[in-house]
Amino acid sequence: MTNLHIANRSFESRLFLGTGKFGNLAEMGSAITASASQLVTVALKRVQQDTAHDELIAALDTTKIDLLPNTSGARTAEEAVLAAQLAREALETNWIKLEIHPDPRYLLPDPIETLRATESLAKLGFVVMPYIHADPVLCKRLENAGTAVVMPLGAPIGSNKGLRTLDFLEIIIEQSHVPVVVDAGIGAPSDAAKAMEIGADAVLVNTAIAVSKTPVLMAEAFKEAVIAGRKAYEAGLGTVSSQAVSSSPLTSFLFD
Amino acid sequence: MTTFKPLLDQYSWDQVKKKIYSTRDQEVQYVLGKTKLDLTDFMMLLSPAATAYLEQMASRAQEITQRRFGKTIQLYAPLYLSNECQNICTYCGFSMDNKIKRKTLNNTELLLEAMALKSMGVEHVLLVSGEANKTVEINYFLNAISLLKPHFSQISIEVQPLEQNEYELLQQAGVHAILVYQETYHREVYKQYHPKGKKSNFDYRLDTPDRIGQAGIHKIGLGVLLGLEDWRIDSFFTAAHIAYLQRQYWQTRYSISFPRLRPAEGSVAPNFNLSDKHLLQLICAYRLWNDNLEISISTRENEAFRDHIIPIGVTTMSAASKTNPGGYVVDPQALEQFEVSDERSMETIKKQIQQMGYDPVMKDWESSYSGFIY
Repeated sequence: MTNLHIANRSFESRLFLGTGKFGNLAEMGSAITASASQLVTVALKRVQQDTAHDELIAALDTTKIDLLPNTSGARTAEEAVLAAQLAREALETNWIKLEIHPDPRYLLPDPIETLRATESLAKLGFVVMPYIHADPVLCKRLENAGTAVVMPLGAPIGSNKGLRTLDFLEIIIEQSHVPVVVDAGIGAPSDAAKAMEIGADAVLVNTAIAVSKTPVLMAEAFKEAVIAGRKAYEAGLGTVSSQAVSSSPLTSFLFD
Repeated sequence: MTTFKPLLDQYSWDQVKKKIYSTRDQEVQYVLGKTKLDLTDFMMLLSPAATAYLEQMASRAQEITQRRFGKTIQLYAPLYLSNECQNICTYCGFSMDNKIKRKTLNNTELLLEAMALKSMGVEHVLLVSGEANKTVEINYFLNAISLLKPHFSQISIEVQPLEQNEYELLQQAGVHAILVYQETYHREVYKQYHPKGKKSNFDYRLDTPDRIGQAGIHKIGLGVLLGLEDWRIDSFFTAAHIAYLQRQYWQTRYSISFPRLRPAEGSVAPNFNLSDKHLLQLICAYRLWNDNLEISISTRENEAFRDHIIPIGVTTMSAASKTNPGGYVVDPQALEQFEVSDERSMETIKKQIQQMGYDPVMKDWESSYSGFIY
């Protein structure tokens, strides 16, 4: 299985995790370890400004995993840019998961603000990972703006509904020059495997693991599903046919 | 500005009551089989018939809440600024006709109280006052917020209804949420409980969430004072109000609180009792109807009830609260607005939440998101 490259980093694991919604920090830590993830996202709003005393950060083994701060809570490009700058200072990383969802009901990303923020942050030297709708045209615009990856949603955040945007994800993957990370909506390991099979470069999972009755076991299940899906993609999946192909009724006359 | 009033006026209190009380078992079962519930479904879940399905409702509520909010409970504490009040509210300890010592915190006292909260680990603070429009008004609030903003991640306020431009000033000053409870949606009953003062104007209060929404405040907290009227009907109107606001102000979050009438100095006994069982039914009904509503429980409720509802739909709890100005350090003896029932310390409550398998969250906001000026 090949490694995934984003900016100057190389990842063996193609599974990224979120750190929210866990019942306790120890369980979160164990689940992340079990998932073998090397990149986890942390909401800036959950972290104390003095990170040396932050319990959430302390529960993460930062020798093995990189932190990906996110701007959850920001409603505009300006708020997100400020959040990214605060996160860079607090967590000492120029990586930022851009989340701008002005709609608190479905937490759907604002494409206009996200594009504006990506333009500004790329100029400021950030490695920008924007959470977006599965909108192929927006993905191309973000590429032009200097994004490091695109993170289209499978379904609304926390919905566990799976890859409802499958057709659009396929277009995005086909066209993209930057890694495609399917984010949000992945509810079961089979969803993650499917995303990998169609050629996504990675997936980001949070709710399905955090809210599972046994987060550690579920984290393992996702780890294996992502590996299986990626291997299948690299091996080259067979095409799907609705009927057996045994004879050639239209062309057999040529060989009679 | 559009308002909720025309919608409210379309409903007849008695019709709603009749519909709720005549809900049949089969209708409740039908609602429980749905995945997306509307206001009519919510009405069914408030019914006496639905009480028999409480375990089923609680289990659904748990599942929905965990999916949306995770296994977390946000904690906050109130900071009472003042008990001065020019309203007569017959159930409230701060009512103008109560002969109590009146107090409004000055800057030093405010910071002392704030430091007491900080030492308990509080990051989200709720500022509360009575209604004294000459002394405890917008300038007082703006000053308080500028003093407190450096110390807290999130500041919310629960004070008298203000004008839209005043809410805009609060938004710019960094206020995250505004709580304003209608107390009851029954016009005539409202009048009886609020005979005097600016608060006696039902419609001005009713329009307040619209003024808050127009001002772009991040979150609006609604509720009724449970005990003034029949909780089933009042709660239906609260939900109808929230439904209207959600469509109108789609960028705003909404939270719901369930203040049950508690004993207070000089107050009247509740006309309608809401049992624990029915409060739980109400919480579950809200959650099944609306998966993203923040559901808040205060220390008015007792320890046992609060502990048991941690895993059933609640997202936010106050803890270690003092409901009198200066109650933490400055003047612990001053008269409180209502009697706190759960008197446990912040640490004890955090431990209890952890024991229930939930993560007590002190900080879930970045103060730089509030009061951003473009």
